[in-house]
Amino acid sequence: MSQQQTVLYDAPGPRARRVTLIVSLLAVVGIAVVGYFLVYRPLDENGQFTMEKWGPLIDPNNEVFSLVWARLREGFIATLTAAGLAIVSSLIFGTALAVLRIQLKTLKQRQFVGLPTPAAWSLRGLGWVLNAVTRFCVEIFRGLPVVITIFFVASALPDLGVDLGDILWYLVIGLTIYNGVVIGEILRSGMEGLPGGQREAAQAVGLTSFQTTRMILLPQAFRIMLPALISQLIVVLKDTSLGFIISYEEVLRVSRFIIDNLENPIQVYAVVGAIYILVNYLLSKLAEYAQRRMARARKTRALPTQAAPPSVMAQADSSAAAS
Amino acid sequence: MSVLVDHFDVFAGGFWLTFQLCILAATGALLVGTLVAVMRISPVPPLRWIGTAYVTVFRNSPLTIVMFFAAFGLPALGSNADFLRIPGLTSIFSRLGIDLPYFRFAVIALALYTAAFVCEAIRSGINAVPPGQAEAARAIGLTFGQNLRYVVLPQAWKSAVVPLGSVIIAMIKNSALAGFFGVIGDLSNSAQNLTSALGEPIIPVFIGVSIGFLVMTVPLGILLDRIERRRAVAAR
Repeated sequence: MSQQQTVLYDAPGPRARRVTLIVSLLAVVGIAVVGYFLVYRPLDENGQFTMEKWGPLIDPNNEVFSLVWARLREGFIATLTAAGLAIVSSLIFGTALAVLRIQLKTLKQRQFVGLPTPAAWSLRGLGWVLNAVTRFCVEIFRGLPVVITIFFVASALPDLGVDLGDILWYLVIGLTIYNGVVIGEILRSGMEGLPGGQREAAQAVGLTSFQTTRMILLPQAFRIMLPALISQLIVVLKDTSLGFIISYEEVLRVSRFIIDNLENPIQVYAVVGAIYILVNYLLSKLAEYAQRRMARARKTRALPTQAAPPSVMAQADSSAAAS
Repeated sequence: MSVLVDHFDVFAGGFWLTFQLCILAATGALLVGTLVAVMRISPVPPLRWIGTAYVTVFRNSPLTIVMFFAAFGLPALGSNADFLRIPGLTSIFSRLGIDLPYFRFAVIALALYTAAFVCEAIRSGINAVPPGQAEAARAIGLTFGQNLRYVVLPQAWKSAVVPLGSVIIAMIKNSALAGFFGVIGDLSNSAQNLTSALGEPIIPVFIGVSIGFLVMTVPLGILLDRIERRRAVAAR
């Protein structure tokens, strides 16, 4: 990014620096004026900055302060529980789905030459049908809003006689269906993006197709797609807030109760939003860090193998691993 | 399955309203997002800070909170979002003109939220333009504005199309939330009405609503796939 910035305009000379300074000052003044007249004044006139509204959230001496934060903490724990469960289950589901789709793809290419013709044909037909069915399901659930999925999981499962007791599980199932499919597609594209030599080499040393996927392709796909996976986990955490539509007691619904009693929606949502932003911001930094580390690891690994003759390969590899 | 036939008008109306919401929010998001993207790469530091702050805030907060802010915050600011009652537009998108502000609030929340992702998509497009292009433009004496307008943005646009498309698809899916925030008669609100108020069976309603969304998302996804594949072939 910083590199791109220097490319887009020259290093500023004295005149350009002056112009930048003036424009900066104008921008700051303009923002301050707009902020004052369009945001601060109307909020102040509505009494949104009084301690009466903010006190319960920021003043430890306020009588309901500890009560409010105890409720909010419960809400956050509920949110994190749902998010954690959804993350674990969608990772498992997504991995299984990715492996299944890769397996079905290889199955579709198999000719079954050793078998009698009718059996071979029916097996090939079966492979084709299974492939089409999984593909269809993936496309459907990827194209549906996760809100709709959660809403219908929560209303359809009890209707079908499946009672899970806790609303938490409906939320987790709804999130898992959507995010599992997305994670499955991320991993699958990661596996298909690997150089073909990986699979061929694995088959050459006698691994079966499932072993190839499990031991060779999947670990590499996880590594390559780690940043994408982490951003998807942020999406899961954000989507947990949708639990309020099926009245799961997560933090936004708890805020609702607080607001009903204290009548300070802006303040409560500002605090909750700030916490969400902080957590997600840290997670996205983690994704960036993972990406940077992997880019570096690849660079250090690529250099010695390209430069070194085969005889010193082992040495180069160990030094690369140590660095 | 008879609910699909009996209440076909409800599904069609819901689809139409969700479609309108998506068109308006997508337009708003593209405009705001481009503006924020230009701010984020501009030579003026305060504008850069604003752009970065905007993206950080909206990318990391759940859409639910943005919706809540639109629904509670804007009235507290004394606004009913009347500035969206643009004369020509209200005759096409009749919901924009009515007194109940929730449709306008949903458009604003969705557009602001999506704009952050649009900004990132455009920025990734700008980053994909070879640095030599911008350097050459600078060498022949183009200013920052001219550089963006004539050299960088037209090329960034090309590689930003696919990420932008995925952002818009995500936005269409997010628009389902509007029905839970006071917008009456869109797809998800109709789903609630049909299942809870009218007591229709759930699975057929689910299928109907799903079709409503899939009609928008799946063709767009296929189109994007095709663009991507064609570009991969062209690049080879």
